[in-house]
Amino acid sequence: MSGESTYTPGSGLTKWLDERLPILRLANDSFVDYPTPKNLNYWWTFGGILTFCLVTQIITGIILAMHYTPHVDFAFNSVEHIMRDVNYGWLIRYIHANGASMFFLAVYIHIFRGLYYGSYKAPREVLWILGVLIYILMMAAAFMGYVLPWGQMSLWGATVITNLFGAIPVVGESVATWLWGGYSVANPTLNRFFSLHYLIPFIIFGVVILHIWALHVPGNNNPVGISVQSKKDTLPFHPYYTVKDGFALCLFMILFAYFIFFAPNVLGHADNYIPANPLVTPAHIVPEWYLLPFYAILRAVPDKLGGVLLMFGAIFVMFLLPWLDTSKIRSGRYRPLFRQFFILFVIDCLVLGYLGAQPAEGVYIVLARIGTVYYFAHFLIILPVLGIVEKPSNVPESISSSVLSSAPAE
Amino acid sequence: MNIQKTFSTFSVVISLVASLFASSFVAQTAMAAGDAKPYAAQEWSFSGPLGKYDRNVLRRGMQVYKEVCASCHGLEQVSYRNLSQEGGPEFSEAEVAAIAREYMVVDGPDDYGDMFDREALPKDRFVSPYPNEKAARAANGGAYPPDLSLINKARSGGPDYIYALLTGYEDPPEGVELRAGLYYNPYMAGSKIAMPQPIYEDQVEYMDGTPASVEQMSADVVHFLNWAAEPELEARKRSGVMVLVYLFIFAGLLYFSMRKVWADQH
Repeated sequence: MSGESTYTPGSGLTKWLDERLPILRLANDSFVDYPTPKNLNYWWTFGGILTFCLVTQIITGIILAMHYTPHVDFAFNSVEHIMRDVNYGWLIRYIHANGASMFFLAVYIHIFRGLYYGSYKAPREVLWILGVLIYILMMAAAFMGYVLPWGQMSLWGATVITNLFGAIPVVGESVATWLWGGYSVANPTLNRFFSLHYLIPFIIFGVVILHIWALHVPGNNNPVGISVQSKKDTLPFHPYYTVKDGFALCLFMILFAYFIFFAPNVLGHADNYIPANPLVTPAHIVPEWYLLPFYAILRAVPDKLGGVLLMFGAIFVMFLLPWLDTSKIRSGRYRPLFRQFFILFVIDCLVLGYLGAQPAEGVYIVLARIGTVYYFAHFLIILPVLGIVEKPSNVPESISSSVLSSAPAE
Repeated sequence: MNIQKTFSTFSVVISLVASLFASSFVAQTAMAAGDAKPYAAQEWSFSGPLGKYDRNVLRRGMQVYKEVCASCHGLEQVSYRNLSQEGGPEFSEAEVAAIAREYMVVDGPDDYGDMFDREALPKDRFVSPYPNEKAARAANGGAYPPDLSLINKARSGGPDYIYALLTGYEDPPEGVELRAGLYYNPYMAGSKIAMPQPIYEDQVEYMDGTPASVEQMSADVVHFLNWAAEPELEARKRSGVMVLVYLFIFAGLLYFSMRKVWADQH
């Protein structure tokens, strides 16, 4: 990709192939000799972990689709058929269901890492925008996937979310009808959600390739946030980062396995083991944990259209982030004020997540409004102003000098 | 590798995960609470990472289900053949065939186009007490006794909640008016439940001579219903232990490989 290729074909066959389709050269330059900053910490291992999550979801998903029936009369029972009659069906399904949660856990860590170390700043704006796009696609895939088991939360979650489109002025009702394929969430909705749920991961896969491409042109950001200046600052990706990413992935899999084997339903909602019933509304309709902050923002606004706009705005504001943050310093390590506001922002997101799970009443609504205002203030006021007023602390000269000065004797 | 940094990173990740856990539990208790009485945690042989079902308890629980619950509640996700599978009550195949024969199912159409009744076979699902929801409601004053196949997974609190509900019937406190067909149970959201107290002392006579108290029968049937909801539980936990042992060893190997690979960088 960027820089000179270091690939030399080792045999006649690979030389022959290299002159026709330099795919081994691409692989070598992207994942073997790829020059990587030598100071990446464990927060940088989540890119590899996310790739693992995506591939896991696709493989388990394809197997589940072989046994699942996307019809309102059969969907719930076909999932139970997978759990009871398909060999290791329970394992495949629990990997897939908990895999979604693990995917979001990893993506949130990945996003907050980018936020802290300024990975969205020039020259990585396109990389960041592609990442936000992947995140939006992930939410769409997860939402539609949650509908497929056709339990009570599937039906009613889908009803709440698709009804949001009804808030659009003038055409809202027609848009909702068009999405449903009818006048409420029903069989046509389930069937198309299944189709789209199967499609979206492959779109994600395509955007991930662009994301990696856009990463490999400017190269990785790193904890000190200054660009690579010489060969002394980098290491070949393999073996240094393959082994480090592999170790981190293995630890991540331990957590993943804990959920699959010992707490497979802790992250889900009990109501989704009740078959969908359009005549009975659950007492509390809550989305999965990873969408709760946005759900809190949605419900914080008394006006339906306003809530919908703010909820989508909360995601879309991230597209503008590279231009909202006016500081030239990338890494939060050298921005004393930003660090504190960053911690406040993380707390704000966690609080919004908590509030999204609570009933929309009383003090919860008030707190959700404060949390929502702070969320937008962080992007629209704090970040633009901080870049102007903040005095950064001593930024090191280069990556290797920072490594030398900060590394304690081992 | 800087070990301190490694651990500080992991501790942040672990605290994130912990808060995830905490928030999901907070959400669940808030959900379960409503105005219902909080249920107590019971000790089940199947909880914990090494948990297993107790065959005798499962068999007693099935007897309670058959003689008490099954008059109103179905178990339609479970087949008779499941009763002989590993990790369940583990009846012999002959016993399962005998259990199935006690029930009649509608089959057909035959070669003349007629439906006919036959004795149930191990391949059949548990026969439901009512042919459909309307018939169930008609027989129960408008209330619908839910299918019990997944009840332990479909209620927040699972087995602890179901046990509390079965043993928690009380006379209504002063001032609480119950309309006909409703009963008082503080563990139910709203404290009013359409199911009359289902379990009374000595309602069944256990084959193994266990005294049939309300608590004993309730615990037994909840145990059985947990198997009905999670027949894979034993296999799942067994595999889980092996997977974790494997991953921990593998993580150790990767860690020392990493130290070796990175050694020339320090």
